[in-house]
Amino acid sequence: MGSLAEERALGYGGLVSDLREVYESGRTKDLEWRQSQLRGLLRLLREKEEEIFDVLCEDLGKHRGESFRDEVGSLAKSVEDKLQNFKKWAAPEKASSLLRLIDSDCSQPVYLAATPLVAFPATAFVMPEPLGVVLIFSCWNLPIGLTLEPLSGALAAGNAVVVKPSELAPSTAAFLAANLPKYLDSKAVKVVEGGPDVGEKLMEHRWDKVLFTGSSRVGRLIMTKAAKHLTPVALELGSKCPCIVDWLDSNRDSQVAVNRIIAAKWGTCAGQACIAIDYVLVEEEFAPILIELFKSTLKRFFTKPEFMARILNKKHFQRLNDLLDDPKVASTVVHGGYFNAKTLSIEPTILLNPPLDSDIMTEEIFGPLLPIITVKKIEDSIKFLKSRPKPLAIYGFTRNEKLKRRIIEETSSGSVTFNDAIVQYGMDSIPFGGVGASGFGQYHGKYSFEMFSHKKAVLKRSFLIEFMFRYPPWDDSKIGLLRHAFRYDYISLFLALLGLRR
Amino acid sequence: MAEAVVRELRASFTAGRTRPVEWRAAQLTALVRMIEEKEADISAALQADLAKPHMESYLHEISLAKASCKFSLKGMKSWTKPEKVPSAITTFPSTAQIVPEPLGVVLIISAWNYPFLLSIDPVIGAIAAGNAVVLKPSEIAPATSSLFAKLLPEYVDNSCIKVVEGGVDETTDLLEQKWDKIFYTGNGTIGRIVMAAAAKHLTPVALELGGKCPVIVDSDVDLHVAVKRIVVGKWGCNNGQACIAPDYIITTKSFAPELVDSLKRVIKRFYGEDPLQSADMSRIVNSKHFNRLTSLVEDKKVADKIVYGGQTDEKQLKIAPTLLLDVPLDTALMTGEIFGPYLPIVTVEKIEDSIDFINSKTKPLAAYLFTKNKKLQDNFVTNVPAGGMLVNDVALHLTNPHLPFGGVGESGMGSYHGKFSFDCFTHKKAVLIRGFGGEATARYPPYTQEKQKILRGLINGSFIALILALLGFPREKR
Repeated sequence: MGSLAEERALGYGGLVSDLREVYESGRTKDLEWRQSQLRGLLRLLREKEEEIFDVLCEDLGKHRGESFRDEVGSLAKSVEDKLQNFKKWAAPEKASSLLRLIDSDCSQPVYLAATPLVAFPATAFVMPEPLGVVLIFSCWNLPIGLTLEPLSGALAAGNAVVVKPSELAPSTAAFLAANLPKYLDSKAVKVVEGGPDVGEKLMEHRWDKVLFTGSSRVGRLIMTKAAKHLTPVALELGSKCPCIVDWLDSNRDSQVAVNRIIAAKWGTCAGQACIAIDYVLVEEEFAPILIELFKSTLKRFFTKPEFMARILNKKHFQRLNDLLDDPKVASTVVHGGYFNAKTLSIEPTILLNPPLDSDIMTEEIFGPLLPIITVKKIEDSIKFLKSRPKPLAIYGFTRNEKLKRRIIEETSSGSVTFNDAIVQYGMDSIPFGGVGASGFGQYHGKYSFEMFSHKKAVLKRSFLIEFMFRYPPWDDSKIGLLRHAFRYDYISLFLALLGLRR
Repeated sequence: MAEAVVRELRASFTAGRTRPVEWRAAQLTALVRMIEEKEADISAALQADLAKPHMESYLHEISLAKASCKFSLKGMKSWTKPEKVPSAITTFPSTAQIVPEPLGVVLIISAWNYPFLLSIDPVIGAIAAGNAVVLKPSEIAPATSSLFAKLLPEYVDNSCIKVVEGGVDETTDLLEQKWDKIFYTGNGTIGRIVMAAAAKHLTPVALELGGKCPVIVDSDVDLHVAVKRIVVGKWGCNNGQACIAPDYIITTKSFAPELVDSLKRVIKRFYGEDPLQSADMSRIVNSKHFNRLTSLVEDKKVADKIVYGGQTDEKQLKIAPTLLLDVPLDTALMTGEIFGPYLPIVTVEKIEDSIDFINSKTKPLAAYLFTKNKKLQDNFVTNVPAGGMLVNDVALHLTNPHLPFGGVGESGMGSYHGKFSFDCFTHKKAVLIRGFGGEATARYPPYTQEKQKILRGLINGSFIALILALLGFPREKR
C-alpha cells in the first residue's frame, strides 16, 4: 500500500483491500489482540491527556474542565468497562432449544419451539462474531469522544477499523492521525484525514459497517452510497432537544434545574452538541422567574470567557448570527445577544417566544442561543413535541410523577432524562442513539460492542433421533402424526406411533 | 394511493390505537383464529401459487405462523415492560431503565417462495411491538396475495393493518413514502433499491436476502440420516426455492462417489422413479424462473456434469431433483444463488479445505456441516461467518424462536423470529430519572483546580469523590 496521499489519489482501494487481508488473517479476532488495543487506548488517554486538552482548546476553545468531563474522563471509564467485559460479550450465549411441556401459569401444555419434536434434541447458541472491516465517521464537536468511543467498541468486537475524523477540528484530526498508529496496531486501525471528498471516496467501497455522526443531509448521502454495497449503517444525527421545565415550588429545586440547564446548554461546547438543550418549554407564569434565575446564575458561572467554548468557525458563527436577522426574532431577545466575530464567541443569549415558524425554531440551533417557549399548562408541551420530529433526547425538570409518565409514554425520542441533562451520555448501561429523524443504531457500553458484531445463530443436532414423518412421500397418516406433534398432544402421538406405525 | 394509506395509518398510530397491549393481543389472537379457520384456503392458495404439497404448507408455513403468533402472545407482556438497568455513581442518585416503544408506521415487503409465512411472520412482530403495518405481499404469488387482501380485513383492525397488492409500480409508490421501518425479504438487487429509497427518509431497514448456502459433508457421518436431512432440506423446501435451502455440497474427492450414491437412493425413495410425477414436490414458481434455471445447465460444460436427474416438464413448470459433480467454478450455476432443484457437489482434497472455499464467497444466510468430528465443528462455527448455521441438519434453525434469524454481508442485515421480531420493530428508549438532590457544584464553571480534582474522582467512580461532591465541595463564596 502506498502513502495515504497516494491512497487518496487512487480512491483508497489499496487501503481497504489491505485491511481486508489483515482481517481475514484472523489477527483482530484474537481476544489477546483486542485486549491489547483497549489497553493501548487507555494508555493514550492517560499519557496524552494534556495534549488532548490542548487540541480541543485549539479547535473549539474548550476549557480543560469541560474536555475532561465530556470527552477524556467518561471515555476512559467506558474503555475500562469494555476491557473488563469484552470477553464475556464475545462468548457464545446459550439459547433454549428444549420444549417446555407444562407452562407454569396455565394448565395446558405450552411449547417454546415451533417444531420441537422434529428438531429435538438439539443444542442452540448465539455466537457473536465481528463484522469485518468497519468505517467510523466522527464529528467536530466532540472530536475525541465521538471517534474513540465507537472505535473502542469496534476493537472490542474484533474488527479492523478505519476512522475518519472531521476536518473541521483539524488539530484533533492531526493528533489522532499521529497517535493512534503509535498506541494501536497500525496495520488494523487506520486514520484517514480529509474533507467531504475523502468521505465520498471512502464510501465508494463496501464496508461491513459504517457509523456516521453528523447532519441529516450527509447522513442521507452516506446511507444512499451504502445501499449500493448493502453496507449496514448506523446514523447518529442531530435534532432539536427540548427541555420541559415544570413549575418548581422550591427555590432550591429551581436553582438546581437552572444550574443543570446552563451546564447542558452553554457548558457543553457552547450548545454545539447533538444532546445539548436546544430550547425550553415552560408555563407562561413561571417563565419570568426562570429567566431571572438564568441571568444571575450565568453571571456566577461564566466569570471568564475561557469557561465557554467558542463557535467552531466563521461559517457557523454567521449561521447563528443570521438566526437573529429577522427583526421578529431579534426583538424577543431578553438576555445577551453580543456576537464577537473576532474571537468567534457569542455570549449566552436567551429569547422569549420567538415565532414558531422562524429558523431558530425549525432548525437545530447548535449554538449558545436558547429560545424559551411558553405554554398555558405544562402538559401542553407534550402535544407540542408530538407534532415535531423525534429528537435525540427529551429533558424534563419536574417532580410530578404523572407528567414524567406521560412524557415517557406519549412522546418518542432517542432517550429521556429527568431533572438533569447530558449526563445520560456518559452512562454505559443505557443505549445511546436516535430514532426517526435523529437517526438509528445505538451504542455506548455493551451496545458499542454489539453495533459492530453479528450474532450468529448456531444449532447442533445429533444423528440419534429421527422422526420418519418428517420425510416424503407424505400421506394422510404422516400428516396426522405431525398434527399430534404440533398440538403437543403427546399421549395421542405416543399411541399413534404405537398403533399406526407402518 | 400509497400516500393516502400512510396518512391514514399515521393518524391511527398517533391516536394511540396500536399501543395498548390488549389491542395487540386481540390482533394476534385474531390471526391465530384466521390461520385455524382458513387453513384449507391457505393451503389451496399455496398449491395454486407453487404446487406446494399440503404437508410442506402445513409444516413450513401454517404451523410456523401459528406458533409464531402464540409465542408472541405469550411473550408480549414481559417484552413490553420497561427493563431496569444499573445506574452510574456519577449520576447518583438516579434510576435508569430501557423502555421499548413502537417505531410507528412500518412497511413489510414479502417474498413469493413462502408467501404466507414470510408475510405473516414479520407482521406478527410489528403488531406485537405496537406498530401500524402495511403488508405488500409478492405479486409473483398472486393467489396468496389476494387471499391476504381478502382475509386480513376480516380478522384484524383495518385502520391499523393494511394489505397493498401490486407489482413494481405499486411497490415503487410505497417506497417513496416515509416509513418508520422497512422490512424486506427477497434478493440483493431489490434489497439495494429498497435501502436507497429508505435512505431518502433516513428510514432504518431490515433486509432478509439470500446467498449460496453451503453444506459440508464429512465422511465420518451416519450417511443415510445425513442424506435424508439434506434431501428434505433441499427438495422438501419448495423444491430448492428457499433462502436457506442447501445451494451446493462440499465433500472430499474420496467420499463423493458414496455420497452421490446415497443421494440418488434417497431421492428415489422420497420422490419415486419419475419425480416429475411426485405430488410431494413443488413446481418452479413461474416460467421466468423456469427459464432462468434451465439456462444454468444449458452450457455443455455444465450439462456434462449432471450425474442424476435433469428432467424437466415445461408445461407443468417442473424440474426434477438434479445432482451435478465438479461443475467449473466460473459458471453461473456456481457463482449465483441457484434457488432451484439443482444441487452441485464440489470436491476438495481434505475436508478442512471446505472452510476456505466457503469463505472465498460472500457470507451466506445459512451454512451447514455434517460431521461427528468436534474439531471440525469448532473450526466451522468459529471461522465461517454466516447468518446462521446448523451442524448435522439443514434448515431447522429457523424454527427455534430463541435464535435470531437473519443474514450478514450480502445475505442481509437485521434479524427476526421470536423476541427478535418484536425488537426489530421497536425503539429501545433509554430513560434516566434523577432527583434534585445530589447536586455536585464541581460540574459547573468556574472550573477551578479543586473542582477538577473532585470531578476527576467522581467520573472515575471514586466513592470519596462522590461524598465530597455531594457535600457541596468545593464550597463557593456566594
